[in-house]
Amino acid sequence: MSSEVKEKEIIKIKPSEGFLSKRRKKILVDPLDDNNPISIQVLGICSALAVTIKLEPTIIMAISVVFVMIFSSLITSIIRNYIPTRVRIIVQLAIIASLVTLVSEFLKAFNYEMFKVLGAFVGLIITNCIILGRLEAYAMGNKPYDSVLDAFGNSVGYAWIILTVAFFRELLGSGSVFGFKVFEFIGLSSFPTNALFVDSIGAFIILGILIWIQRSRNGYIEN
Amino acid sequence: MQQSNTYIIIFTALMTIFFGFILSITRMKLEPIQDIQVEIDTKKKILGAVMEISSLSPEEILSTYNKKMKSVVINIKGEIKDSFVAEEVNVQKNFKVNPEDRQYPVFMYSNSGESIDAYIFPMFGNGLWDWISGFVALDNNLNRVIGVSFDHKTETPGLGARISSSEIQDRYKGKEIYDDDGKLVSIFMLRRENNDNLSKHEVDGMSGATITAKGLNNMLTHYFDCYRAFIEEKKLENTLKVSYE
Repeated sequence: MSSEVKEKEIIKIKPSEGFLSKRRKKILVDPLDDNNPISIQVLGICSALAVTIKLEPTIIMAISVVFVMIFSSLITSIIRNYIPTRVRIIVQLAIIASLVTLVSEFLKAFNYEMFKVLGAFVGLIITNCIILGRLEAYAMGNKPYDSVLDAFGNSVGYAWIILTVAFFRELLGSGSVFGFKVFEFIGLSSFPTNALFVDSIGAFIILGILIWIQRSRNGYIEN
Repeated sequence: MQQSNTYIIIFTALMTIFFGFILSITRMKLEPIQDIQVEIDTKKKILGAVMEISSLSPEEILSTYNKKMKSVVINIKGEIKDSFVAEEVNVQKNFKVNPEDRQYPVFMYSNSGESIDAYIFPMFGNGLWDWISGFVALDNNLNRVIGVSFDHKTETPGLGARISSSEIQDRYKGKEIYDDDGKLVSIFMLRRENNDNLSKHEVDGMSGATITAKGLNNMLTHYFDCYRAFIEEKKLENTLKVSYE
């Protein structure tokens, strides 16, 4: 009897975790840099190459991924104890696919131009390994709030990389930023654009440089 | 924890019903908005084949369309079918039936409101991944291309998807579908990019998108053939008119 009371007291004394405790901050910030899904884990490369020709579709893509990622993590995490283990991948895919379809339908209704540009790729968010990877590796085993933080961190980690790639690809490949002709504006209308950057090769080059900078800054050494 | 089969079946069934319900509700609510977007987009493409429309707002597109466009529906023999409205004909659905049984919409652009300046022919075909479609505008002599506008469902961005860019579409301007002997040849996109010495029936290709280009060529050849009766009838009318004058 007395030992039971003691145990209860101990549980009560344990302080509740802060809204953004050190551990949670780490969940959020890690995927932005040290554990970035694209540049460190090399996931989601397909769409990082495909949609990053211009900034505008890239932003839409980034927002869509952030949305799908956060809500699929949240839903998966809430029902994680009820998901039958044997069909869990199917359940996760169904959640992702439904959210992606929602995004695609909204895009078709409110930004038809972008829907036409991105059509196939919004659908292909379903196969973005980052999302399924985070659901399986994190949301299936953690509480909803932590999972949302993790999803947010990972999707923003994905977003900033593809936006950086898109910025340089549009600047060097088409000579513009958000369709605004930069070089003409500063009086360098003869500035040559490089068609290499309109191709996926350009994305590889920029991704490579990004990873190089990141690794030399973080002191990463290949084992 | 291993769950029983019954649990798994019930769980997946409930999940399917739940997501199906949410998705169908969204679809129902958004469909009217999407339909308007599609209508504006179609009219934009029809107009875009004959005039510069990038500066027009959606409302202006609809009003310009109503002022300057006339349309008829014909069959493969070139006979006008009054019971159909051209804007409501689904070219995609018609593509799937025999050419003889299809309805073919033809749009006529008239800048002044009297004589017809351009004939616009909708087309449909298969690209690499899915369908491609297009509107081809011919001059009032039904030979020279004034402009085209192509669209696609899911051609590869950066490769086949370029057919919907003005860069590719401008290549068709000024090309002719009849040769000097009056034979219908259609227009062909070549393989590879930066070809020299293009004839008046050839346009430069898109590197990395040979199958999409092939699809375009098949679409143009097939549909010019389907519209041939109408085109030749109008050409005849034109020559008669000239000889009367």
